[in-house]
Amino acid sequence: MIPERWLNGAILLGMLAVPLWAWADGAPFTITLATKVAILALAGVGLNIALGLGGLVSLGHAVFFGLGGYAMGILASHAQSFVPLAETPFLIEGTKSMPVIWLVAVVVSALAALMIGLLCLRTSGVYFIMITLAFGQMFYYFAISWPRYGGEDGLSIYVRNSFPGLNTLDPIQFFGICFAALAAALWLHGRLIASPFGLALNAARQSPARVETIGLSPFRLRLTAFVISGAITGLAGALFADLNRFVSPTMFSWQLSGEIIIFIILGGIGRLYGPVVGAALFVTLEHVLGGFSEFWQVYLGALLLAVVLVARGGLIGLVAGRERPHE
Amino acid sequence: MSLLKARNLAVFYGASQALFDVSFDISEGEVLALMGRNGMGKSTTVKAICRMLPLHSGVLELAGQDLTRLPSHRAAQLGLGLVPEGRRIFPALTVEENLIAAARPGHWDFVRVSALFPRLAERRVQRAVTLSGGEQQMLVIGRALMTNPRLLLLDEATEGLAPIVRQEIWSAIATLRRETGLAILIVDKSLAELRAVADRAVILQRGRSVWSGVFDDLTEEMSRDYIGV
Repeated sequence: MIPERWLNGAILLGMLAVPLWAWADGAPFTITLATKVAILALAGVGLNIALGLGGLVSLGHAVFFGLGGYAMGILASHAQSFVPLAETPFLIEGTKSMPVIWLVAVVVSALAALMIGLLCLRTSGVYFIMITLAFGQMFYYFAISWPRYGGEDGLSIYVRNSFPGLNTLDPIQFFGICFAALAAALWLHGRLIASPFGLALNAARQSPARVETIGLSPFRLRLTAFVISGAITGLAGALFADLNRFVSPTMFSWQLSGEIIIFIILGGIGRLYGPVVGAALFVTLEHVLGGFSEFWQVYLGALLLAVVLVARGGLIGLVAGRERPHE
Repeated sequence: MSLLKARNLAVFYGASQALFDVSFDISEGEVLALMGRNGMGKSTTVKAICRMLPLHSGVLELAGQDLTRLPSHRAAQLGLGLVPEGRRIFPALTVEENLIAAARPGHWDFVRVSALFPRLAERRVQRAVTLSGGEQQMLVIGRALMTNPRLLLLDEATEGLAPIVRQEIWSAIATLRRETGLAILIVDKSLAELRAVADRAVILQRGRSVWSGVFDDLTEEMSRDYIGV
């Protein structure tokens, strides 16, 4: 077995090495694939805080991914058409600035997670799954029926948004931005795991009643985790929309929520780098097997089945063994 | 003024009444033993005090603050530190993580808990599930202390443990009483050990508090009738 810390380092180096090699080799499409991996992994890291640490199986996390995407799409579309977003009670203009868009995406997603969490977290188990799914579908159908921002056809953004000092149209520089966001989210998740809050959340996952006896509210712990999780997933949505320069209601779809869960299961639920491995495997399979068959997800399903049955700790668990105590 | 005031507590499990009329007080720094045969309502009383069971009627106050309408975690925040029966650890966390998760500012921290239970310091990075039964019980007591409670409630803390480990736990309870002056409510069946550490006792019978006083006043006949000793 390889120590998980070493494995995580190797995964991070691999995440950097592939696009750098592609950049040196003049293969921009590979860089775009690596960027997609980084963004989807970021969404997975977001969900992993709620699912892996808090035990919250959310089948509606695409809501936050979509909200982040639409935050970007709406702000950028107003900036490119020079039509203000609102004029009363005060003027709100669109923007093409990534930091501003990210801030809006994170705040909007966090607020949505707070509202949804306040309702959903009063339930547990299958009811929690169903209510989060219902919220996902509500947002999905709302986006479809919102013609102002493209409705079912979605919304195209002609030029990628800007980041001070960088050329975001250069694939390797945009990858660098997405990788930095992923690294920051992984760092945050790593800090959370060992923090008193993370330990209490983990304890609440194991036994809510015991957590109450030490003076902690499982509901508040879970709500906080859900909000952090939603905010990170929202940031991933904004980056994803910028990668494709396109947003559509499919960003809210329950299939996407399911895919984010699949990343985590493939890599290892609760394992820090689980979503990174899962997203990398997903994108690789999509690219490689998708060239042979449009039914490539059959193979993904078989792999998922094998991981669930044979490798309960996901692929990370298969290589690194059982999760070690956090020293 | 008493630290904990319990008056005429009545508790139901569904349609069945488990507590009919339980009353007692605990003062600051006092160690009170709650005794009675099996099924007389000792653990139910502890759960009711910690707000893990709803009160049907009665008065329950901690330092003058009404506990009756508070959720369990709020009661714990006010100063109730529970050591539940059955060694309820967080199995997937390490010893240190179990303690840190519960930590609130105050006298008790990891260093002080380690001094009270040196075995926990030795097993700091070990998962709680891998500890022996006695060590798990020490961990649960340590975890309750990490919340810096005003009143520690020990529900059958030595049950099912080897005699040598039981002695370690009784010794730690005696240290707590001697050195910290922490108020403690103990539910246990070991009359000899309770007599050594507790100031007073309350006896429950069929969901009612039927006797209260110092151990010197507890006659053999009463011990036999009420506790079965």
